[in-house]
Formats: sequence, C-alpha cells, structure tokens
Amino acid sequence: MKRFFGFVKKEFYHIFRDVRTMLILFGIPIAQLLLFGTVIKNDIKDAEIAIYDQSKDEVTQEITAKLLSSGYFILDRNLESINDIEAIFKKGKVKEVIVFESNFGRLLEKEGKANVQIIADASDPNMGKLLANYTTGILNDYITKKMGEMKVPLQIKPEVRMFYNEELESVYLFVPGIMAMILMLISAMMTSISITREKELGTMEILLVSPLKPVQIILGKVAPYLGLSIINAFVIILIGNLVFGVPIVGSTILLMAETILFIMMALCLGIMISTAAKTQMVAMFISLIALMLPTILLSGFIFPVENMPMALQWLSSIMPPRWFIVILKNIMLKGTGLLYVWKETLILLAMTSVFTIVAVKKFKTRLE
Amino acid sequence: MIKVENISKSYDKVEALKDISFEVEKGELLGLIGPDGAGKTTLMRILMTLILQDRGNATMAGFDVVKSYKNIRLLVGYMPGRFSLYQDLSVEENLNFFATVFGTTIEENYDLIKDIYSQIEPFKTRLAGRLSGGMKQKLALSCALIHKPEILVLDEPTTGVDVVSRKEFWEMLKKLQQQGITILVSTPYMDEASLCDRVALIQKGQIMQIDSPSTIVENYTRKLFAVRSGEMYRLINDLRSFEKTDTAYAFGQYLHYTSKNDEVEATELEQYLLEKEHVQLQVFDIEPGIEDVFMELMSGKEL
Repeated sequence: MKRFFGFVKKEFYHIFRDVRTMLILFGIPIAQLLLFGTVIKNDIKDAEIAIYDQSKDEVTQEITAKLLSSGYFILDRNLESINDIEAIFKKGKVKEVIVFESNFGRLLEKEGKANVQIIADASDPNMGKLLANYTTGILNDYITKKMGEMKVPLQIKPEVRMFYNEELESVYLFVPGIMAMILMLISAMMTSISITREKELGTMEILLVSPLKPVQIILGKVAPYLGLSIINAFVIILIGNLVFGVPIVGSTILLMAETILFIMMALCLGIMISTAAKTQMVAMFISLIALMLPTILLSGFIFPVENMPMALQWLSSIMPPRWFIVILKNIMLKGTGLLYVWKETLILLAMTSVFTIVAVKKFKTRLE
Repeated sequence: MIKVENISKSYDKVEALKDISFEVEKGELLGLIGPDGAGKTTLMRILMTLILQDRGNATMAGFDVVKSYKNIRLLVGYMPGRFSLYQDLSVEENLNFFATVFGTTIEENYDLIKDIYSQIEPFKTRLAGRLSGGMKQKLALSCALIHKPEILVLDEPTTGVDVVSRKEFWEMLKKLQQQGITILVSTPYMDEASLCDRVALIQKGQIMQIDSPSTIVENYTRKLFAVRSGEMYRLINDLRSFEKTDTAYAFGQYLHYTSKNDEVEATELEQYLLEKEHVQLQVFDIEPGIEDVFMELMSGKEL
C-alpha cells in the first residue's frame, strides 16, 4: 500500500509541475463550457417568421403588429395555405410560422378562448424553443392587457410544435455533452499520455524492474486522474447551473455515481490505448481522433442520434458517451431515477469491465 | 551469481546475440566492452528480465530470468543506458520515490549510498532534469542502490560524462564491489577496462574474449609500434599503402602499427617513411593496451 501511495504522490508531482497538463485539466473544460454556452445564443433579434392568418380580423392584426413591433421578429410573408408551411420551412429562411385559427377574434370575444399554433424550426433546437417562448410571451402580454380592458377572462391557447425535433431534445444538452466530452478527454487522453510518457522517457524500464505490480502501476496512474476528473465534473455542473441555468432535477448522488462510473470507463480506455501506443504523440492522436470526434459527432451531443442514418446509429451505440449523455439527460433534466437508466448504466459497466480486462491483460511486464 | 548459457536473441532479421555464455562470480566486477550495437544493452535487458531471449538460459542469483523474474526484480539494481529518472522531480523526490517503490527508506540504506549521495545532496531540491551529466549518473546510481541490491547492472553509466566524473564513478563502483555487490557494467570506453576484474570483449553479438584485463593484454603477442610524424594524416595513408602493413590505427598522438606476420622491424619502417619524406619521425616499440587487443579482434583475426 505504501508503494502505491508513493506512486500516486509521484503522479501528482508530474501533474502539478507541468503547466501543459494543468491547462488541459482545468483551463480547457472551463473555456469549452463557456464557449459552447455562449455560442448557443440566448437572445433573438430579427428572426424571420411567416404568418398564416385564417381569420384576418382585428385581433389577429393587432397581435401580428405587436409581434412585429417587438424587435424580435420580421415578417417574411403571409401564407395562404396550410401546405405552404412545410415548403417555407424547407427553404430554411423562416424560423417560425404562426397559425391563427379561423374566426380567431370572434371566438376570443364570445368564448374567451382562441387557438393559435406556433410552429418552430427546431433543427436548431435552442433557437426553436427560444422563438416559441418569445412568441407565447408576447401573446400572454397581449392577453393580460386585453383582459384589463374587457374585464372578462380571456385565453389564447398557443399550441407549440417543434418541427424536425418534436421533443426538443438537446436544449440543455450542451452541458451533459461537454461534460461527457471533457471527462473523456481528460481521463482517456491524460492517462494514456502519462503512461506512454514513461515509456518514451525510459522510466518505464525502471518501473518494470521494480517490484511494483502492473496493477499497482495502473491504479497509481488512474487514481490521481480519477480525483481530478471528479473535481472537474463538479466544476462543469456548477458552471452549467450558475452561468447557464442548467438544472439538476434528479438525485445528485446518483449523478455523481454515474459520473464516476463514466470516468472509470474513460480511464480504463486510456490505459488500453497506452498499451497499444508507443509514444505520447500516438496516444494523443488516438485519443483525439478515435475518441473526441466521435464523442462530439456521434454521441448525440450535437446531432440527435435519431436523425442519423442507420449505420451511424449503430456506430454511435458503441460510443460510451452516447449512453452517458442519455443518463445525464435523464437525471439532470428529467429527474428520473436509476429505474430509467439502468440499461445505460449496465452498458457502461460492461464497457468498463471489458476495457479493464483488456488493459490488464495487455499491460506488459516486459519491454516488448 | 550471474550465469548465462547459450543465449541468443534476434530482432527481426538482425541477430543481436549469438550463443553467448559466461558466468560472473559473487562480488566480481565484470565489464562488457564493445562498440555501439554490439549487443550489450540487449544482453543486459535479458538479464534484467525486460526482454525474453530466443534460446538459452540465464540465471541471476540462482533465479531463472524467465520463470522467476519477480524474484530477480527484488534483488537487482539497474541503471539503463538512457537517463531514466523523473526529470520533473527533484533529486530527493526521485530517491524517495524509488525507496518507497522498493519498500524501503533513504535512512535505512543511507550507509550504502552515502559516498555517492553526499556529493549531490547539496542539490537535493534541484529538479533532476537540471543536473549536469555526471550528477545525473550519480543520482541514477543512488536510485539503483537504494534497496541494497545484490547484483548491480549498469548500462553504459559513463557515456557522455566528463573524465573527472568518470573516474569518480569507477571509484564508487570499486567501493560497492568491496561491499560484496556483484556488478555487471558495460562501456564503450576501453580505458575503463583495466578497472574491471574481468572484461568480456563483445562484438556483433558474440563474446570474443573474456578474461582479466592483464591476461588479455598478455595474450597479445604481436609486434606493435608507435609511430609519429609531422604530418599525421599523410602518415596513416602512407602506412596503409605500405605492402607489408597489417593494421595502422590512430591512438591519441600516435599511430599503432602492426605488420603482416610481424616481419617488419622498426628500422625498416623508419626507412620506408623517410623515403616518403616524413619529418620529425618517431618509431618505437610499445606495450599493447586493451584497445590494441580489441582492434585486433575487431579485424576478425585470431591471436
């Protein structure tokens, strides 16, 4: 045990003395989080909309005028038929279509209730949701003011539909996505690099000759990064919560437990990479190309998995981050418990054990 | 203490070691001497259980290098050819780390490393990467000794180290030897050979001769001349174009010269060179050194 702690202590010296390592560990996560958070816009200006007004009465004119004068929306055109909606979305310029039902004004007056449909282009899900929110906000504002004048309870019932991405997945997904990506980067890349560095500098030769067991070397390499990655996960969740308002609806303990599982998986993957790579460069390239890009592109972080071609969907199912993102989304955003994520947890567990077995088996007790 | 029997090892098509056998007694200092690529490192790595031989057996302190590698790793100290300590750790941290890894402390075995470590102790907070070449080697030796090994294997410990530090280093090895540690050391410097109890001359994966340095020199029976003139470069060319010449090598300020069948006498050689209009000419007999033996062996001739 003393040997193990001696080894861990040495690892911490390496980490804390290397500016580059420290930067990757703590600089990049925060920078990326803030970057992604800002790129996903939080305000709307001059969004192009189309209106399909089946009523064309005083009330709909008033609402239209109110929408267009808000500064958020610009009218692209008035639509004449329900079929135009699909066509105009396909052109890509118009981001939202507002449909007033026929006799809108009269219904509102007589029954105190009228329907309006808000259809947003949710291929950019964040934008879609923001547009719909702004529109309903303006509608509500109109109703409140109208109610004051008329002294009768009024209700406009907006029915919001998100085109192309009905469930509006991945609105807050960038935080779980970045978390998966960063943990993957730090855990897998840093461990694989730190092991290959020993090989490259020749210190592995001495470690092998020492009475240290392979398991001790592996665990000694993993332990510091496990600790640091957990700290990182905390920081990411905290920044997501404080800066971007990403909620944590579900159990924090479950969230942490799942995160630790994912980190372990990534660490074992890193060790597995290091058994195959001979130099730090190779280890870095494998980590970056074989792990980072699929994490970003195939895990459902940026592009929803459901929209991928079948072949890519299959490929994405062997990407560990995909399952972790599902777990995170469920716990953080939907607040569901283990009951709903046991399958994904099991998949991660299975991946972890496979990587561990391969890593330990492939770890050489000799130089060749 | 070390026993090597018919060890062979190939990398792809290159035969690094060809059927090597030798033994090292307990407390002996054996030097492996040979040029780069002779197979010294490969041999040491096999003994250090770091690579597997293709054929043959080897034991260290009675333990087989393949089957009982774990036992061997507890009782050997190893210093690889390349400086293999953590450059971003200080002198003291490095030593502490290796002490911990081997389940001991600096204090426990301080006696053994005192002579060596005391020289670098003033710099103990300095990062190992910022040490000079000689100090690095002293630190590496300290680290290899920290667990009181029975056998010490040093792969070219003095390569790239200044003359003074080299001398000091060998003095340390002698002291360690007196404490009963068996030492196997490799070096490309032949002047260090005389400091070993026995030397093994190794070339192209084969041990050409293994004996005490004095016996090796005694066995050299060729007639050897030292030659010098005002124009050394022309001298070596002239000597090599002389029909009776066997070998002519530069050795410091002189050329060492042997003739075919040792038939040339000093006077004849002098006469030949005077004809070539060499000035400030010196030709005289000299006692052979281990380098001369090695040169002879390298040229592939029997003694």
